[in-house]
Amino acid sequence: MDTAVELRPLLIDVKGCRQAYHKEANADLVVLDDVDLTLHEGEIVALLGRSGSGKSTLLRIVSGLLKPTAGSVTWRGVPLSGPTDGVAMVFQSFALFPWLTVQENVELGLEARGVPRAERERRAEGAIDMIGLGGFENAYPKELSGGMRQRVGLARALVVHPDLLLMDEPFSALDVLTAETLRTDLIDLWMEGKLPVKSVLMVTHNIEEAVLMCDRILVFSSNPGRVAHELKVPFPHPRNRLDPAFRQMVDDIYGIMTRRKPVEPRPATAPAPSPLAMPLHSVGTNVMSGLMETLAAEPYNGRADLPALAGALQYEVDDILPLGETLQLLGFAVLEEGDILLTDRGRNFVNAEVDERKRIFGEALRQHVPLVNMIRQVLDERWNHRASAVRFRDELEDHMSPSYAADTLRTVIGWGRYAELFSYDEEAEQFSLEDIE
Amino acid sequence: MSATKYPSMAAGWRLPNLWDAVAFVCVIGALVAFGHVAEGTLKPIGAPGATEISLDPRNLPNYALRTTLRMFAALAASLFFTFTYGTAAAKSRRAALVLVPVLDVLQSVPILGFLTFTVVFFMGLFPGQVLGLELAAIFAIFTSQAWNMAFSIYQSLKTVPADLAECSLSFHLTGWQKFWKLEVPFAAPGLVWNTMMSMSGGWFFVVASEAVTVGDNSWKLPGIGSYVALALEQRDIVAVGWAILAMLLVILAYDQLLFRPLVAWSAKFRFETTAGVTASDPWMLRLMRRTRLLKFFGEAFGDAAAYIGGLRLSFTGRPRPLGRQEPSRIIDALWIAVLLVVLGWAGWRVQGFAARELTWPDVEQAVLLGLITLVRVVVLMIIASAIWVPIGVWLGLRPVWARRAQPVAQFLAAFPANLLFPPFVLFIVYFRLSPDIWLTPLMVLGTQWYILFNVVAGAAAFPGDLKEVAANFRIGGWLWWRKVIIPGIFPYYVTGAITASGGSWNAAIVAEVASWGDTRLQAHGLGAYIADATDRGDMPRVILGVVVMSAFVVLFNRLLWRPMYAYAQRRLTLA
Repeated sequence: MDTAVELRPLLIDVKGCRQAYHKEANADLVVLDDVDLTLHEGEIVALLGRSGSGKSTLLRIVSGLLKPTAGSVTWRGVPLSGPTDGVAMVFQSFALFPWLTVQENVELGLEARGVPRAERERRAEGAIDMIGLGGFENAYPKELSGGMRQRVGLARALVVHPDLLLMDEPFSALDVLTAETLRTDLIDLWMEGKLPVKSVLMVTHNIEEAVLMCDRILVFSSNPGRVAHELKVPFPHPRNRLDPAFRQMVDDIYGIMTRRKPVEPRPATAPAPSPLAMPLHSVGTNVMSGLMETLAAEPYNGRADLPALAGALQYEVDDILPLGETLQLLGFAVLEEGDILLTDRGRNFVNAEVDERKRIFGEALRQHVPLVNMIRQVLDERWNHRASAVRFRDELEDHMSPSYAADTLRTVIGWGRYAELFSYDEEAEQFSLEDIE
Repeated sequence: MSATKYPSMAAGWRLPNLWDAVAFVCVIGALVAFGHVAEGTLKPIGAPGATEISLDPRNLPNYALRTTLRMFAALAASLFFTFTYGTAAAKSRRAALVLVPVLDVLQSVPILGFLTFTVVFFMGLFPGQVLGLELAAIFAIFTSQAWNMAFSIYQSLKTVPADLAECSLSFHLTGWQKFWKLEVPFAAPGLVWNTMMSMSGGWFFVVASEAVTVGDNSWKLPGIGSYVALALEQRDIVAVGWAILAMLLVILAYDQLLFRPLVAWSAKFRFETTAGVTASDPWMLRLMRRTRLLKFFGEAFGDAAAYIGGLRLSFTGRPRPLGRQEPSRIIDALWIAVLLVVLGWAGWRVQGFAARELTWPDVEQAVLLGLITLVRVVVLMIIASAIWVPIGVWLGLRPVWARRAQPVAQFLAAFPANLLFPPFVLFIVYFRLSPDIWLTPLMVLGTQWYILFNVVAGAAAFPGDLKEVAANFRIGGWLWWRKVIIPGIFPYYVTGAITASGGSWNAAIVAEVASWGDTRLQAHGLGAYIADATDRGDMPRVILGVVVMSAFVVLFNRLLWRPMYAYAQRRLTLA
């Protein structure tokens, strides 16, 4: 089976792909680093990773929307120099034109190719019927539910009969039930050979979705984005989420995604990384308390299996992993092979009253988050105990992208306010020690 | 093809319905009137009736028609300008470097001051023909309409949703197709709204541009504006009344026939993906949709537009990937060098001109008069706000009243306030009041309505739960104003106040000088200074006045309104 796929014609071949955004003073921000990807006819492949791992960027490179900084991309053996005819894309936000009807939206790609009107209408109607939108031809997108809108997005991509269908988190903006229906409909069409495509490449951060739909999964690591792992999914369709082998695979992938990155050997000449080079997830203190309380209580009693916990809380990987990692950073919990364990400090926090919790949290912040320490130090030293936030943001931007820097600063402000380590004036963008002790 | 597209028509061309008859009469009438006017513009200036006005009210329908057609000719020119200039500014980074600041300045330049010179220019193009005068009038109206329309499309094109742009690229739409399928529809609601605003602004200029004096010659193009000018000269208050009535009817007609349907239709392009509350269609749009004949023409027009927009024209070859196109530094440098040379040359010319024609005391005087006008504008804004904010809030919080008040306020904003000057002037003359104080309200006569209808809109959009909280905690009196409603409507108020204050500056040129027959009332101020210099044909001082006024407007916007607007957007927007 595997060899059979590899014998089929090669569609996309990405080699040594690197995508970096140029920053003025400092080193480039690397989003993707040294990524290889091959895609043959007849397979569904998932790019699985956390937000910020560059998987959407890779999808845009494959689609020809973005030119990589370095590396080669070939489409059927020919270097790719822009959007090609053989590729169509489905967008996370649906990207439907609100002023065009369902029919007109679906016809868009055909019109761009100069397909005559009669044929356009015939083909669009065919695609609309296939994807289960019959009867909605004259509706405008705003009249449709999210699930129906994404069906329009699918029909619009399929109607051009692309060899490769690209999907950028196609189901993540939908509710659980709608997403599941769409997934199974799509797989059914694929298995029946009704989809007019040769291959599918999809980006997702939902582990179960990847295992449910795909033949092959590339797991990405973040900062910079790299392919950390490649797995083949051996199960035949239709797949059963409750099958122990299925569960095991989901568990394994959780393990891979929570595994700590091996410390990279640093050249002796390179300067030590600044303590500020630490992007923080924007995780609120309430959600942290809530998770610690849940972990401490029955049935977990301080230890939980991450996939099970995520399922019970209706969290996606993208929600639960940053939360777990933040607790680990602050020493409230430890992540181990897809499990999360509450530490003693975490237990103390759970058992404490409000003021005591703030004290414990403040202690953890000063111990583990250098930025908080730095802010507090500056405030203590100044005669008026005030400091502008801009300077800290500038320093952060030397080490990360501006949007990460803004997120990190916002997170630190929230944490520091909760722990009553400093106060913050949003209007003046200024830290101070007003109302602190 | 049409059989699939128009099933109702394929079913049989039954007898035209009543609406068809109405529409038919309208269309024929419009064609006849258009031909008549076109004939008028080609006459030589000396021909009988070509540039003479009679105060007989029976001539007014004809004058109204001439004026309206002038307005629409200017509007067509403005649309052309919008689609070329605005698009160029949005599409080319290098062009934007020049075009955007130029537009920003043009927006705040009171073009009214240049009227005399444009007339001379256009008369030179078509010597001895009415066409020259017509073009000068149309140009004056154009200058009052074009800028905000161009800005509107520039801003829309700059904020086209990224996912739709990506989608167009990934489905291989050519630049031409993308422009008509994505960018123009996205810009449509803003453009329609600004076109409507421009139309109102244009009326103000019509009155000034139809009757022109250059040196010893003075001409009056047949139109409502020159009718009013003549009525003022001859102290005929009844004729002024007739003109106001005619103007009311014209504005009502194009508002109902054109803009209401357009605004309702353009709502379809509003970029929202959830179904909101939709207002019922205005009667004209319903007529268009129900009348077979109009519907047929409408759809034929739509199909033709869709065909042209769908052409696979491409100016840049294959679609290229986004970003990563490192701009050429060399061309950038060359471009900037060219700009600097032009700038230097212009500066040198201006310096030479100013040194020859103007002295420092001239500048001092202009700035001082500018300060006087500034005081007027500030005081007026405070008074107008004090009056209209409470009224607007009262109306806006009562949905029934808000629905009634909104169109009235918009209509009043569209009404050219300079038509209402004569009664004021009579009043001032009769009671021997000081023109310095009593001419002032004229500046805000036409612009105060922007404050009113924005405040009404803001109060109407004030969230119900916050109203309930205020009631629940018995928040009343001054505290309610301070903590509840004023912050709630502030972003809307600022939007209205910006428009109102900008309009007041422009109105100063007309409002600080008013005449009634031989009686001439004049207030001290920059507007009167410009108007005076224009009358004398003193170009250096017109330019000085206009430059100083533009500087005041730009500074006023940058130092007061922009920060206020930014603050409102940041802190007081109910997300």
